[in-house]
Order: sequence, then C-alpha cells, then structure tokens
Amino acid sequence: MQDQEIKEIVLKYVISEYVEDDDQEVTYDTPLISGGIVDSFSMVSLKRFLENKYKISIPDEKASPEAFDSVTKIVKLVKEFI
Amino acid sequence: MAYFGNYDDHVRQFSWSIAEKELEYQEGKPFNIGWHCSDRICARGQGGKTALIWEGLGGHEKRYTYNDLRIRSNVVGAFLQSLGIAPEDRVCLFMDKIPELYIGCVGILKTGAIAQPLFSAFGDESLFVRLENAGTSAIITQRKHVSKVRKIIDRLPNLKHIIIVDYDGKKPLQEREVAFDMDQSPAVESFDAHPTTRESPSVLHYTSGTTGLPKGVKHVHYSLISQYLTTKWVLDIHDDDIYWCTADPGWVTGTSYGIIGPFSMGATQCVMDVGFSAEAWYRFIEKQRITVWYSAPTAIRSLMKAGDEIVRKFDLSCLRHLASVGEPLNPEAVIWSEKVFGKMFHDTYWQTETGSIMISNYPGMKIKPGSMGKPFPGITATILDTRSCEPIPEPGRIGLIGLKPGWPSMMRTYWKNEATYQGKFKNGWYLPGDRARIDSDGYFWFVGRDDDVINTGGHLVSPFEVESALLEHQSVAESAVVSKPDEVNMEVVKAFVALKPGFNADQDLELDIMNFIRKKLSPLAMPQEIEFVSGLPKTRSGKIMRRILHAKEWGEEIGDTSTLENDE
Repeated sequence: MQDQEIKEIVLKYVISEYVEDDDQEVTYDTPLISGGIVDSFSMVSLKRFLENKYKISIPDEKASPEAFDSVTKIVKLVKEFI
Repeated sequence: MAYFGNYDDHVRQFSWSIAEKELEYQEGKPFNIGWHCSDRICARGQGGKTALIWEGLGGHEKRYTYNDLRIRSNVVGAFLQSLGIAPEDRVCLFMDKIPELYIGCVGILKTGAIAQPLFSAFGDESLFVRLENAGTSAIITQRKHVSKVRKIIDRLPNLKHIIIVDYDGKKPLQEREVAFDMDQSPAVESFDAHPTTRESPSVLHYTSGTTGLPKGVKHVHYSLISQYLTTKWVLDIHDDDIYWCTADPGWVTGTSYGIIGPFSMGATQCVMDVGFSAEAWYRFIEKQRITVWYSAPTAIRSLMKAGDEIVRKFDLSCLRHLASVGEPLNPEAVIWSEKVFGKMFHDTYWQTETGSIMISNYPGMKIKPGSMGKPFPGITATILDTRSCEPIPEPGRIGLIGLKPGWPSMMRTYWKNEATYQGKFKNGWYLPGDRARIDSDGYFWFVGRDDDVINTGGHLVSPFEVESALLEHQSVAESAVVSKPDEVNMEVVKAFVALKPGFNADQDLELDIMNFIRKKLSPLAMPQEIEFVSGLPKTRSGKIMRRILHAKEWGEEIGDTSTLENDE
C-alpha cells in the first residue's frame, strides 16, 4: 500500500472522528497530540482504528504521543508493521 | 525558607483566623474571591507583577500582569452584566486552557455569579446533563466547541447566552450566540465587585458518583480561606516563584490551585495549552524557569515512561518544590522524581467536595514514598470502621477516611440534591468514599475507593453514566462497566457488553462503541477495552454484580456469590 493512500485514509479518519471545529484545517503535518486534537485517552481509539484497518498490532511502547503527533508520523509508524 | 515549619507546632497553634487575618476577612463584610484574586493584589502595589504566562501551540505566548488581570476580569464582569447575568446565575466556562478561562473565572466571581467550569473534552451529553442540572444561564466557549452546544441548545431553555471568545466572523452567529473578545474589548478600569459574603455561592463543580447523574458540588466565597492557606503552606509559593499547575480548570484542582489559590497569593503562574509530551513539558519548565510544579501521578508516570535520558537534555535546576494530586502517587514515582529532578513529589489528598487539600506531605516534613502524608492543620482526619463508622484507635487497620466537617472550603451541598449531600455524613464525619490506613507515625496510606467509581488519570468516571450511554448504542442490549488496572492511568474504563440479536461482536463494532462513548461523554469515559459477553452476572433480583467483573479484572477473590443468578 502506498504511503499517500494510507495518509489520505488516516487524515480522513482523524478529521471525521476527532476534529470538532468544521473550520479547522488539518493537514498531514498538523500536530495532533501536542495540538490538542487527539488526547492521550482518545489515542487508544485511533490506535485501535489503525490496527483494525491494517490488520496490524502496534506495541504499546511504540504508541507514544510523539509517534501519533501527526498523520505523517502515524503513517511512518503504521508502515513499520504492515 | 519554606512557609511551613514544624508540623506538630502548626497543628497545635492552628486557627483558620491565620488566613482570615492575612486576607483581611471580616465577619459580615463583603468577601469576594474575584476581587481578592485581582484588585487586592493591585491595591497592595503589585499591579505590575506578572500574574499569568500562557503558552499555546508553537510557543505562542501571552502575558498578563495583575493589573491586566484586574482590568480584563472587569471587562468580563461588565460584559456579563450587560447581558443581564445576575448574582448567583450559573455561568459555565467551557474552554481549553486559554487565558479567557482563567481570567473569565475571576470575572464571573466578581459579578457574584457562580462559575461552573466544565472540561472542554466533554461530549454533548456530558455537557447537557451538567448544564441542565445547574440551570445554567450562559456558557463561555470557543468556536471549536460551539458545535457541541448547538446540538443540545434546544433542550436547554435556561441557557440564554452562548458567548464565543474567538469568533472570526466567517460564519454567522446562530441563535443565542454572541461574540466577545476579552483582550480587544475596551478596558474597564473600575468595576464594583458584587458584595458577596462568606456563604455566597462561588463555584459549582460537577463530580461523578457510582449511581445517578453527576452531582454539582456547591462552594462558597469563604472557601478562599482554605484555598489560600493550603496554597501557601503546602505548595509553598513565594513571591519570586514561578508556579505551574498542570490541571485543567474543568476539574477542581485547576480551579482551586490553578486560579484561586495562586492568584489570591499574587503568584506568577504559567499555563501550557499544548497536549502532553515529555519533551514539551520539560522544555516549558526550562523556558519559563518554573520553580513550583503541581501535577498528577498519571503525568508523572508518563514522564517516567519517556525515560531518564530526555530529562538530561534540559536544565531543570530551577525546580524547587514538586507536588502531586488526583490519585495515589506510587512510591516508585516519588523515588524516581528524586533521582531525576533531585526533588521528591509531595503527594496531596483531597477531592472536589473538600475544595482544598485535606491530607498532604509538607515542605520540610519527612516523606514516606507512597504515603498521602498527614492532615492539614485544622483538619481532623481519621480512619473509621467500615460498618460502625466509629474511629479505629489502633494504627494499621484499614477503614474509611473520615473528615470532621467545618473547614472553610467544605462543599455546602450538592446542587438540587440535598439528600445525597446529607448521605455523605455518618456519625458526624464526612466520608470522601476512600479507604486508607494510618501508620504508627500518623501518616495516611491510601488503599482504594469504597465504591465503584473509576479514577482514571485522576478523574472520576461514573460506571453508571457510561452504562447508561452504552445502552443508547444501537447494538448494546446490556452492559457493565468496571475499572481495569493501567500502568500509567492507574485505572481505565472497561466495558462488558452483551449485544442485541443481529450484531456481530467484532473489532469494528468495538471501535464504533468506543468512539460513540468518547463523543457522547468524554475521552476519559471511553472504554479502553470492550469485552463482548453473552450475559452479565446478576443477582436473583436482576441487579448486575459489577464486583465480580471488577474482581476478575484485578485478580482478586470474587467473594460471596450466593446471590448470583448465573455463573457466566
């Protein structure tokens, strides 16, 4: 699967599930955790989405706030396990 | 030198009049927290001192002096009055940790209205039940959160004003919405704080219980006496300190010790409105030269998880005093903090209902890692027998924590729920709902909750509230919600769910239910795990036996199952 395809899927999911303000622009590099869009509790559901979608298992020690801090970083993490 | 000296001397000589004198409190005379947090500091010649340093994403910074705090809170107060907000009206603060939240709270208090802070991550249903119960007149919020208010406004006839602090004019305002720019509004130099007195209501905080809807904890202006003195003695904030309370004012710590306590002392405090990362936190401490840091065990454990190496990348030598609150601080975290910061975290114990710190470790007092410490001077705390509610004289035995009522910041009632409030007292003791023991040196040691309430990351979640919300998901026939152990958050929410016919118990459905709860209630309430079951353990009368599920999760003895209907 191409990086770009994963990026688009993850970005679409993040916008639909976690962004409350319709006007808020979210790009591949928008800070998600440090930007307050996804908090540490919600990160669990985002991780679960990635695991379900790509039939992977992301170890908890790899699921750090830093690794989830943007769509680009998430895609990099996902690629490690596909 | 610490404000707090010898513990036993303080206990022996203690009187709340110490704080009353320092705050110039006079019986029967006006006493207003908002005025004390701003005008009084300016009146004593500290108007030019920095009150608030706020940092947002990308290092964007705003600073407010005490004179700014005075003028801007006047602006908030005058604006609310122009909308017709009257004393004792409830005004909700529903914002991220932006300056308008901190200064807005002070402004609300000046008008005599009741500040009702709510965690901005709450979903629309959590928001609704709290606004409806309080009969809230106005809500101050941000563009990013207004969609949640719009979803529920038709069910809230009392909510007359939705005040948006960052309106950009791009889309038209909707029914009952009004734009308000705190920083750009003309300065209001003079504003007469409402002459609230000792028992005038000040803050309404919502907390979760095992059963029923969230309860509104009513505090009064006189609570400042406790909040001021505990800030001074426990947090040990001096005139030249830079203080950082990491709690969100949507919860009581963020209000009592993130707004009222530090501002009433004239302290300089910092706020970082950026999501958690170890690097961001350490960078913030280094950059702002923070000296006093009040945080929570979940955050501390998250920092521990990030490792020691990252600590060494920053100069954190500015840190002078560390304290923690929200859940028991494990001994490993205390020992770790001494290793990496050269300072131990001082655990403190209290809750929404108590309004201020009840039991604590104090500057200069020997810390026993893992212990809650000793009662604050003026607080009579004991361990009660779980059945008789009589004090247990001998040390070491586990029982219920009991607090003798009468301290200034004790809640005055649960909003429109006096019966539940009265139920919190037994034999003349207030019962916070926690179990503990006292050792032979008089130190308290936390054991656990005495009910089913889940403490996740220092926030209480009602299993009843989550179960009720789960039933609104189209697939859920019945559910039971318990805590499960978690390395970082101490506990997290776990749901056992029995599905309606026609639904498949698969991972996608699990995620769908998780997100449903996250958006409806809050991320904290979202089950981190859902176990699909064919049925739930019940008594013969049909009551779900949560304790059996809880015991399984925690690897404990299941105990008496004689009333069990089935053994699934």
